[in-house]
Amino acid sequence: MAVELKMPALSPTMEEGTLAKWLVSEGDHVGPGDILAEIETDKATMEFEAIDEGTVGKILIPEGTENVAVGTVIAMLSGDDDEGDETPAPSPAPKASNKDDDAGEGKDIGQEPSEAEITRPVKAEPKKDPAIPAGTNMATVTVRDALRDAMAEEMRRDDRVFVMGEEVAEYQGAYKVTQGLLAEFGPKRVIDTPITEYGFAGIGTGAAMGGLRPIVEFMTFNFAMQAIDHIINSAAKTNYMSGGQMRCPVVFRGPNGAASRVGAQHSQNYGPWYASVPGLIVIAPYDASDAKGLLKAAIRCEDPVVFLENELVYGRSFELPELDDHVLPIGKARIMREGSDVTIVSYSIGVGMALEAAEKLAEEGIEAEVIDLRTLRPLDKQAVLDSLAKTNRVIVAEEGWPTCSIASEIISICMEDGFDHLDAPVLRVCNVDVPLPYAANLEKIALLNSDAIVEAAKKVTYR
Amino acid sequence: MAKPAQKAASGAAPKSASKSAAKPAAKPAARGKAVESDEDFALRSLQMTHEENRRFDASDEQLLHFYEQMLLIRRFEEKAGQLYGLGLIGGFCHLYIGQEAVAVGLQSALSEGLDSVITGYRDHGHMLAYGIDPNVIMAELTGRQAGISKGKGGSMHMFSTEHKFYGGHGIVGAQVALGGGLALAHKYREDGGLCLAYFGDGAANQGQVYETFNMAALWNLPIVFVIENNGYAMGTAVKRSSAETEFYRRGTAFRIPGMDVNGMDVLEVRAAAEIAFAHVREGKGPVLMELNTYRYRGHSMSDPAKYRTREEVQDQREHNDPIERIKKELAERGKTEENIKAIDKAIRARVAQAADFAENSPEPDPSELYTDVLVESY
Repeated sequence: MAVELKMPALSPTMEEGTLAKWLVSEGDHVGPGDILAEIETDKATMEFEAIDEGTVGKILIPEGTENVAVGTVIAMLSGDDDEGDETPAPSPAPKASNKDDDAGEGKDIGQEPSEAEITRPVKAEPKKDPAIPAGTNMATVTVRDALRDAMAEEMRRDDRVFVMGEEVAEYQGAYKVTQGLLAEFGPKRVIDTPITEYGFAGIGTGAAMGGLRPIVEFMTFNFAMQAIDHIINSAAKTNYMSGGQMRCPVVFRGPNGAASRVGAQHSQNYGPWYASVPGLIVIAPYDASDAKGLLKAAIRCEDPVVFLENELVYGRSFELPELDDHVLPIGKARIMREGSDVTIVSYSIGVGMALEAAEKLAEEGIEAEVIDLRTLRPLDKQAVLDSLAKTNRVIVAEEGWPTCSIASEIISICMEDGFDHLDAPVLRVCNVDVPLPYAANLEKIALLNSDAIVEAAKKVTYR
Repeated sequence: MAKPAQKAASGAAPKSASKSAAKPAAKPAARGKAVESDEDFALRSLQMTHEENRRFDASDEQLLHFYEQMLLIRRFEEKAGQLYGLGLIGGFCHLYIGQEAVAVGLQSALSEGLDSVITGYRDHGHMLAYGIDPNVIMAELTGRQAGISKGKGGSMHMFSTEHKFYGGHGIVGAQVALGGGLALAHKYREDGGLCLAYFGDGAANQGQVYETFNMAALWNLPIVFVIENNGYAMGTAVKRSSAETEFYRRGTAFRIPGMDVNGMDVLEVRAAAEIAFAHVREGKGPVLMELNTYRYRGHSMSDPAKYRTREEVQDQREHNDPIERIKKELAERGKTEENIKAIDKAIRARVAQAADFAENSPEPDPSELYTDVLVESY
């Protein structure tokens, strides 16, 4: 029987592409593995292979056709006569139904369904950042583009700034964060490194000691474990050990925290690790405005900065102020939503879940104040304590393990400096204290979610 | 028995000649080619040039200067050892005694104010070779406010950006990658400078060294890697730690030319340095130099001295000492006993003054505990 050949998807986010070239003609006999056509998107090219044996029938979409939707029937393949009407062949569109299993380096997965489940769009407008002047025009920008723009603007401003890392140049960034930088700044300032984290983290750190302003991208912070010696022993301690003589203005940046279905070795939040080290600045923004404004500040900073991004937030869009030079202060938390009943302290992807939880709580008459720490070191203690004084109840929502966490630190701060204001114990809402599992159901249970935040908020408000 | 001691003691020339003849034969033969490729030749061409004329032709003045610098390091380190014994220096203290010719010879060929230098934890000897004030080095060893790191770094963590000396690093091998970064900065700024990155035979087995070799060669960075092979990684003899004990060959896999240098003769070191530096300055990429030397003292002050014989150390001191070698040469050139004694006396006085300064300087104010953690306020 005839099999429909459908436009394949190169990635879970691909919706359409160009049928660049047919490599077979009508009437050709093909077998499994034979290349039928070349498919292109703006990001990649793929060879489309036959899965079944048969004869190419009608070609329905001619080569050179652009904007062919994924799943469109592009040609027919007739089975060999003697096979009669056997089982229909599987669809050649390989990623039609199971999109989650394709999340890995280099995949543009910022908007995949699993992420939408983690954080649904929040209906209420988040509170405006007071650092942004009233009346500023706002544009809607993804976190990914905000980060790229931050680097590009700083590279235009200061020719000592350069970016290095795996796949940052010709590949345009494993997660496309450095997209377009090579074209504008050339290979001298956008440097592809070999896969050698310890080595290039050391070279980046040494270049900072030598007077440059390196941005060292780690494909993910999981791989920075191989380089953590340079981040801590070489970068963080040098200014102190040299009595203030030798500075190290380097930015280490990349995605941190759990991605989606990539298992334990690729899913960890290193925020608490780095935030425990004197001599480092640690920033973990949530939205596009903070990502841009704080990355620009990090690049200008005289101190070494660990800048923790989140893969699942890269593709998310937020309002970003249209300012010539949008730089935000390091070390200042931001009130994302005002409330009087309970304070939810969070950072990075947890902020989205906290805002979502706040909406659910509001439906039940509980007004939660949501604080985005933004900088994990130095931590804005005062913002936490001020909010505690107002609500008398604090919970911490952290996409990471509970033990020795940022949440633990916030609890300490509340105990030491805010005890008199506490009407309930401070609770931490974190990931489950296990290595992150792969199975979809287990992963979902293990990760922070808004329902757990709601539950904790009710507990401390005795509701 | 330590290999480098023998290498250095026997005078490196005959050994190296046989090595260079034997080494490159295998590959071209396997390919069935009679003549080796230009690339393979490049890997050993620097060594061949060095072997043509091993010793630097120093003027009397230069020779005297080398002698003074090496003697300053020797006397300073002896004094540091004494102060350690008195409890004035704490923690670790890695003495450079025996290895003086390496830093002095290489340093003498650098362009001052242009080239950068980075090394590991055995750094005070190096700092003296770069002309840094002995007072502030000794005061750092005693943990005083006047120390070069305000007493907050200690023996392994000293820096002088003024002299383009970038440390002083306590993690074995880390300085190699950091040196790669300094070299990247030279190339990026196109300032014509190079980075001299020192490490030991022990550090030469760290993975990041090879990560750096790869990138340095790939990006043609202006860097000279210097392996100070003193025969022992702490107490582990080279032959017990290293599958390839000829360290100068270890860049071959990255197309980095190697040089095998007698690190016990400052004039041989200087001559080799000129060849290596010229190669790098011509934009031809990194060079790997193995400096065969010997450490008379223990790895640090708490060395058990069980891993080698007294005779081995004594043999080096008597027959291969870099300072005695130059002293003899000065005498041959007509320096009188009195001249040389006057130099020795002046250096002893200089070191005594540094020790005095270091002992009598105040400790850091307690408020210093909190300074220099970060540069900016947030």
